[in-house]
Amino acid sequence: MELEKFELGATHFREEDLEEGRILSLHWKPNLKYAWDNGVAIGRYLAELKEGRIIARKCQKCRRIMLPPRMFCELCWRPTDEWVYVKDTGTVNTFSICYINWDASRLPEGVPPHIPAVIEIDGASPGMGILHKLGEVKPEEVRIGMRVKAVWRDPAEREGSITDILYFKPEGRE
Amino acid sequence: MREVIRMAYRKVAIVGAGMTKFVRRAQETGKELAYQAARMALDSCGMTLKDIECVVVGSAPDAFDGVHMKGEYLLNGAGGWRKPYMRHFVGGGTGVFAPIHGWLHVASGMFDTCLVVCSEKMSSCHPHPQGAFKTIFDHTTEQPLDPTLIWIFALEMNRYMQTYGITKEEIALVSVKNKKNAMDHPAAQLPMEITVEDVLNSEVLAWPVNRLDISPASDGAAAVVLASEHVAKRITDKPVWIAGVGWNLDTAYWATRDLAYPRYVEKAARMAYEMAGITDPRREIHVAEPYDPFDYKELHHMEGLLLADRGKAVEMLVEGKTQRDGELPVCPSGGLLGVGNPISAAGLMKVIEIFLQLRGEAGKRQVANEPRCGLAQAWGDLMQVGTVIVLRR
Repeated sequence: MELEKFELGATHFREEDLEEGRILSLHWKPNLKYAWDNGVAIGRYLAELKEGRIIARKCQKCRRIMLPPRMFCELCWRPTDEWVYVKDTGTVNTFSICYINWDASRLPEGVPPHIPAVIEIDGASPGMGILHKLGEVKPEEVRIGMRVKAVWRDPAEREGSITDILYFKPEGRE
Repeated sequence: MREVIRMAYRKVAIVGAGMTKFVRRAQETGKELAYQAARMALDSCGMTLKDIECVVVGSAPDAFDGVHMKGEYLLNGAGGWRKPYMRHFVGGGTGVFAPIHGWLHVASGMFDTCLVVCSEKMSSCHPHPQGAFKTIFDHTTEQPLDPTLIWIFALEMNRYMQTYGITKEEIALVSVKNKKNAMDHPAAQLPMEITVEDVLNSEVLAWPVNRLDISPASDGAAAVVLASEHVAKRITDKPVWIAGVGWNLDTAYWATRDLAYPRYVEKAARMAYEMAGITDPRREIHVAEPYDPFDYKELHHMEGLLLADRGKAVEMLVEGKTQRDGELPVCPSGGLLGVGNPISAAGLMKVIEIFLQLRGEAGKRQVANEPRCGLAQAWGDLMQVGTVIVLRR
């Protein structure tokens, strides 16, 4: 068989075909709401973020200090053993300079790009990164290996969320 | 334990294939696309639905379609009505897992024939199917940061480039190659002749990812027919055997992984190679379709598949070894970058390309090295699943 010898299905159509009523389509906007429970490990993690601290979990068997914290060690497949405070400083493992929003729409002209990054937090085991954003830094200055420190939301405004850290900024910058 | 498994399973062949064109927005529903591809697959090998003992469907997140229980939704179009029928989903890995899923049915001895259908309609999700990907991120620790799927790729691509000193210019050559290859594919959505400069000058979405580094969102379907050895030999004198299958998932704490190397792809590949009796994949694999939703992924996956040393796939690319007339043709179909990326159907399209290449039926896309053994690979979920199939004529 060769694909070229068949009439292949699927009919492409353009937005104009819809707009001008040549093709009908039905629209639906679901109004769904979810309440996601935090669970044991992430519940404590968020409570500590509210206090301006980052907490991890340690497994006594493999000695890893894990972030985000988890009640079970996926490597040893056993319960983790203790809570360990780690620092709010770290190293940029990788980053991007992003000009689009979550739904692929474009950032408005003049709005600075997001700088998402994986940050390896000091005090956790090597390679234990979390996803967050960088700030107070020009996109062209960001480097892999850059040292960064958390910028916390004002204590009165914290709500127990990963966004209680506003972003990470280059270490030593006032 | 492996030895026992190897003795227990039966030989399974791909005997027929079908697919629709891949388009940005199809007039057809997912069911209609599934029907078109499945019908063509049966026609291609002179079979009817009566000859099919079980049906397997692969399809990506229900959120694309806004239809819950998409397996049931696609049932009738896929020909699964009143038959043993099963849908699976492993993210972007779904399309190559589909024939593996079908293989399990036939290799086990439960069935002699299986119709495998992958159908995807991404265009139903507005304003862009990208939005549906938000919920792959952890709802508590990541979603509040408003991530987009492209972050993950951009972060991985940057880490990969930095680790091995690879440039955007070099990586762009993948996009140039695959979009050009797609000009010979009758189903292709984005066939085009472009230059490295075109890629570098295209819109920056999330540096280092530009628009032409990425495959498009697509609608489309693909299907294959599987048969046990004695049935396959009655249907066709050119069966293509499923010589090895492998799949593997890495930790879902993706930010704690080595982003420069897809270890889970290696584990999936080693599983498939062991089953196929392959000890030197660089010599024994003659044509490959690694998953290329982004251009760097082709290189990243060639390394995970052990077809290149770590950080060295780019050298094969630059030297032209991965062109259709090279020593290891890679993505001769045009890949996801050129043919399009209706998630599950795109993976199965790659399997179909290897099937056609091994039968010498790929037309203008036919590679020069008369391949006897090839592989297709897909990847997905939270960048953590690898699915690999090795085919042999």
